[in-house]
Order: sequence, then structure tokens, then C-alpha cells
Amino acid sequence: MKIPDLAELALRNLRESLLRNSLTTLGISVGVASLVAMLSLGIGLQQLFSKRLAKSGLFDTVLVTSRRNLGGMGSERNDGGPPPGESRILDEPARQEIERLPNVLEAYPDIRFVSELRYDDKPHRTIISALPPSAKSNDAFEGMQGSFFSSDAAAEVILQKTFAEELVGKTPARGIDETNVADLAKPLLGKELTMLYSQRVASASAPSPLAPDAATSADGDIVGASYSVVSREQKLKIVGISDQDPESMRGPTRAKVFLPLKLAESLHVMQPADLRELSRAASDQPVYSSVSVRVKNPAQVQLVEDAIKKMGFGTFSILDASRGLQLVFRVLYAFLGVFGSLALIVASIGIVNTLVMAILERRREIGIMKAIGASDADVKRIFFAEAGVMGIFGGVAGVVLGWAIGQVINFGTNIYLKREGFPPEHLWAVPLWLVAFAILFAFLVSLVSGLYPAGRAARLDPVQALRYE
Amino acid sequence: MTAVPVVPPVRGAAAIAIHSENLCRHYRMGDTLIRAVDGVSLEVRAGEFVALLGSSGSGKSSVLNLIAGLDRPTSGSVVVQYRDLAKLSREELAKYRLHVVGMVFQSFNLIASMTLTENVELPLRFAEVDRGQRQSMAREALERVGLRARMHHRPSELSGGEQQRAALARALINRPQLLLADEPTGNLDSHTGTEIMDMLRQFNRELGMTIVMVTHERALAERYAQRMIFLADGKLVDDPTNTPAAGNANAPGGRP
Repeated sequence: MKIPDLAELALRNLRESLLRNSLTTLGISVGVASLVAMLSLGIGLQQLFSKRLAKSGLFDTVLVTSRRNLGGMGSERNDGGPPPGESRILDEPARQEIERLPNVLEAYPDIRFVSELRYDDKPHRTIISALPPSAKSNDAFEGMQGSFFSSDAAAEVILQKTFAEELVGKTPARGIDETNVADLAKPLLGKELTMLYSQRVASASAPSPLAPDAATSADGDIVGASYSVVSREQKLKIVGISDQDPESMRGPTRAKVFLPLKLAESLHVMQPADLRELSRAASDQPVYSSVSVRVKNPAQVQLVEDAIKKMGFGTFSILDASRGLQLVFRVLYAFLGVFGSLALIVASIGIVNTLVMAILERRREIGIMKAIGASDADVKRIFFAEAGVMGIFGGVAGVVLGWAIGQVINFGTNIYLKREGFPPEHLWAVPLWLVAFAILFAFLVSLVSGLYPAGRAARLDPVQALRYE
Repeated sequence: MTAVPVVPPVRGAAAIAIHSENLCRHYRMGDTLIRAVDGVSLEVRAGEFVALLGSSGSGKSSVLNLIAGLDRPTSGSVVVQYRDLAKLSREELAKYRLHVVGMVFQSFNLIASMTLTENVELPLRFAEVDRGQRQSMAREALERVGLRARMHHRPSELSGGEQQRAALARALINRPQLLLADEPTGNLDSHTGTEIMDMLRQFNRELGMTIVMVTHERALAERYAQRMIFLADGKLVDDPTNTPAAGNANAPGGRP
């Protein structure tokens, strides 16, 4: 028999005992709904986590240092230097080499220094760091007040909320963030700050030709062993204020003020690493204390880390933590999937039961069909089709039901979150693949359930079936 | 059809539609062996209208089921239209039932949930005939048995005679060479029974269809059949119209 014929026959046969077949289908849909509800909760939670974590840049970033251990922790500090094999300088050629590695999106130096910023003639000391253009898509800068840097070398600055509060003279109450960033944006956006910093200049020459026009030479030169340090000023325009703390993972050394990367590089600001690299950093070539490497995909972090380690640098990534998190989600999926499937397994027993009943009832019909020329395969396919149609209907109804349950729970959670003062979150995600998978799964489970009844119907002896009243 | 092995026709025997040789169908019921069909040898020529007569339990329906390919012989052979049914696979037997034989039953055996059109076109579905062609063929077949006006009715809305006519339309839809009828008038009053029998005779004469009818009504058989074959306890017995075969179980039964 042809498939459209089979589907048509199956539909009409199912209509014949509408109540029973509807109940069986309802059973399947409840099973599918529970599976969809469970899995979409898992997916929703994972999406929520990975969205937050991916935007934080934690999972696709490798921190490269010239030492085996980050920040010179551990034994190396006592040794007074790393072993010769590992003591490679993290300079511009090394950065370019890293950037050329496969799967590396970009490698940019970490420029980070403490400086004094003047606003309204009052000095404020803080940590300043440089941002690459790609940071624009970071969670912390996506929803901020104002805008991201207009260019990578613009004399512009983005402030973190707490520093902005400091500038306008508001001291935040402990524990509660009540200041609205929008209120801070009004008085600050477009205003100018003056940054005082120390420029490192190679000893042989006078002020570096690379220094921007705005920089003015000042007195108080510190003469080092092979280079000098010159005090300079730079005017910066406030373009943005971020509500969030983009460097929360750095703890106490996190920066509160951000500059465009190119600008920061051109300033040749004296950095803590310069002191340690005193002897080697004699040239004008910049030497970096660390380089951040962004990897195309969190899955490739390990590969990139290994490659960089081979080059003789120390690396650090949060990969191990993410691996643990992935394991947690995998276990969660399995757990939710098993519980969701249980209901579907119960429903599949319902299908077997319904079809076995149908065979008993329709014994004579099977006998007639065989007498007028139906083959075993035809009879088998008819019952198979009925199971399949119930599966598809149950699957579709189940997806709708599961989606509705998800919406209700989402709604309820958001009421709770709102009451607790958190922004609403989408805990529930029903991606298209889950819809397709749920319907296909229901269809396959139904077909498997139909195997035994269909086989039994096909084997029926027509002579006996026709005798049966 | 092509998959069904065909015994090549023997010269001079081309007109034989059914040939059975020492046909047996035994089965066990508890400890006792039931010989439903016990060594039946018979021959039916193409285009013949034969009645199988016997009391209930004589094995006449069992013989019919063996010829119809619904059942398999325990031993012996039955060859229909040059096909040795005992040698066909289940699949081939289904094809044989679909294309070579048509069947009507005492209890009509229409499917209650389907309209007459759907019942009549059901064999065409198994034969994978296109939908459009199927519907016109079913309409034509129902017209032939005078049920055009009832096409969309369900069997339960029809009289017994009408149901049997619909069953006849279904049996003929695949244009079989052989029509097997198991007590076709058993559930009908004598008037409608006569109507059905007239129709069978018409098919036999006009379409040249071979008909084997099982009945226990001798009068009916005498009136319509060209030849009568008698069965008792699974064996061929004395046929009053053909004395040479009487009591001789080994001789091919009922040569006219």
C-alpha cells in the first residue's frame, strides 16, 4: 500500500474508536510534554549560564604570561627567574606569533596601570586598563550608558559605575546599589578627564615621537638603568558609563576606567612589568606583562593553550571550571531526559495496549482484508501507521503542552524574580530542534510500540479470523 | 503477479482452472486429529460453474479455503490457473488472492466502518492502483450490481441482498478469473437469494468466469450449477449426476 493510502486508512481507523485513541494520544502528549518541559528547562538554564559566561569573556580567553605561573606566583619568584628554556620575552613579535596560531581570534596585550585622573580639579587614583575593539560585544558594554569608543585610538574613556559615582561625589551605600547609571550619565558624558601617567622612553632619545600631540612633557624625569620615565598628561573624553563590572573576575586589581587599546599602546605607559624586565626591556619594543588571547570557540581553548605552552609561555584559562560546568549540564540533561522519557515510556505501553485491543476487535476485519488480497506486510503497515499517526499527533500536542507549561513556569519565575528585585530571565527555551526531536522521538517510540501489535496482526490466520464473530 | 510461479500449461489441458490431487487438510484439536479435507482430487474447467455440496462439517468450506489460498494443504496439491498453491510463499499467496480469485461469503464480510465505495476499492488499495482510477473502477463495479445510489452508505444501512451485491462488486473489482462463493445466499431470503444467484450466473456466462460455490441447498445447486461435487467427512462422495466417480476417491472427481 502507498503511504498516503496508509495514512488515510490509519486516520479513519483511529476515528472509529475516537475516545480510546484520543486517550492514548493524550497519554503520549503528556509524555512528550514532560520530556519537552524537562529538556527545555535544562536548555534554558544552560543558555542563561553560557550567555552570561560567554559574554564575560571567561571561557574563550587564554591569559598568556612570560612565566609558567601567572603573576609570578609560586617558586619562580624565589628562584629569581624562570629556567632558561621558558624565559621567553612576551613582546610584540611573540604576540603576533600567537595571533597567527590556528583558532585564535585575536591576541592583545594587557595594558594595566595605576594612574591619577583629574576631574573638576580633584585627583582620583584608580586602575586603568585597555580594551580591544572586540570588547564592544561584551555583556558589560552592550547595555551601558553612552557609547563604545568611536575608534581604537580615540582619546576617549569608559568609566565603571563605581568610579563614576566617585567622580560626582556620591558614595554608594554599602550593599545596595541604588544609584541609577542613567543619573550618572547626564552630568558626566561628554566631559573631559585629565590622566596623569608615566611614559617610558628609551634612554637614548628625548620624548618619543610616537607620543600623541595632547601629551605634554613635564618635569620630574626618572632616569632608569637604560630608559627614562617621563611624566605626561592626556586629556580624555568620557563616552560611556558601564553599569556592570567587566573585570569582576580580577578581584582587587580590576580596572574601573577603560581606554581604547591602540591609544593605550601609543602612550607607552610605564607598567609594573617594566621594572621586572628592566634588563631586557631596554629597547623601544614594548614588552608585555601578559597577553589576552581570544579563541574562536571555547572548545578550542585547550588546543590553543597547548600551542602557546609549546612556544614557551605560561597560560591560564578557566577551561577546567567550564569543563566541570559542562559535566554538570550533561548530568542535568541526562537526569531531566530520563525523567521526561519515563512518562513517554508509560505512554508507549498505552499504545501497545490500545493496538492489541484494536486487533482483538478488528480480527474479522483483518481476516477480510487478507481474504481479498492484503499481504502480511499490508496488515502490518496498517497497524504501524496507526501507531505512527498517534505518535505524531501526541508529539505535536505534547510540544504545545510542554511549551505552555514552560510559559507558565517562566511567568511564575519572573513574578518571583521581579518581587526579589532581579531583572526577568528566560529560564525556558524550546529551540526548534527540540520541537523536531520531540515529535520524531514520539513517532519513533510509537512505531516501536506498534512493532508487537502489528506483527501479531500480520500473523493472524485468515481462516480463523473470518470464523471469529 | 509476475512473482507468482506458474506451472506451464500442459497441451490439451489448457482449459483446466482448478486441479487438486489427493488434497488433505488435517489439524489437531486437543488429542484428536481432524481430517477436514481428506484426499480430495478434483478438476474444474475454466468457465465452469461448480457447486460443492455437503452437510455442515463435510469439509466443503475447507476445500474452498484451500482453493482460495487462505489455507495451506497438509499434503497433496492444488493447482489453480497453473499455480501450485502449496509452493507459494505467504506473500505470493496474498498476491494470488488479490489478483486471481474473488471471494464472497455467507456473512458478506464488508468492513463496517467503510462506505460501499471504500469497501469495493479496498482490494485496489492493496494492488496500489491510483486514487482516481480506483474511484472510477469502484463506481463502475457498484453500477454493475445496481448499487450506484448507495455508494456512500455504510454496510449497516443496507439490506442483506444489497450487502451481498456490494461484496460481489468487491470480489470482481480486480477482474479475477475465479470466483469462490461460500454459501452466498445463506443469510438471504429466497427472493434476494435468487437475485444474487442470477447475478453469479450472469458473471459466469457473460464474463466467462469460473465459479465454485459452496452450498448445502441442493435445489439451488441444481438450478444454477453446471455440475455438483459432493463431500462428506472431508472426502468426495457419490455424485448422482456422475456415476463413474461415485465411491472412487482416487479418480479425479466430477468429470461431467
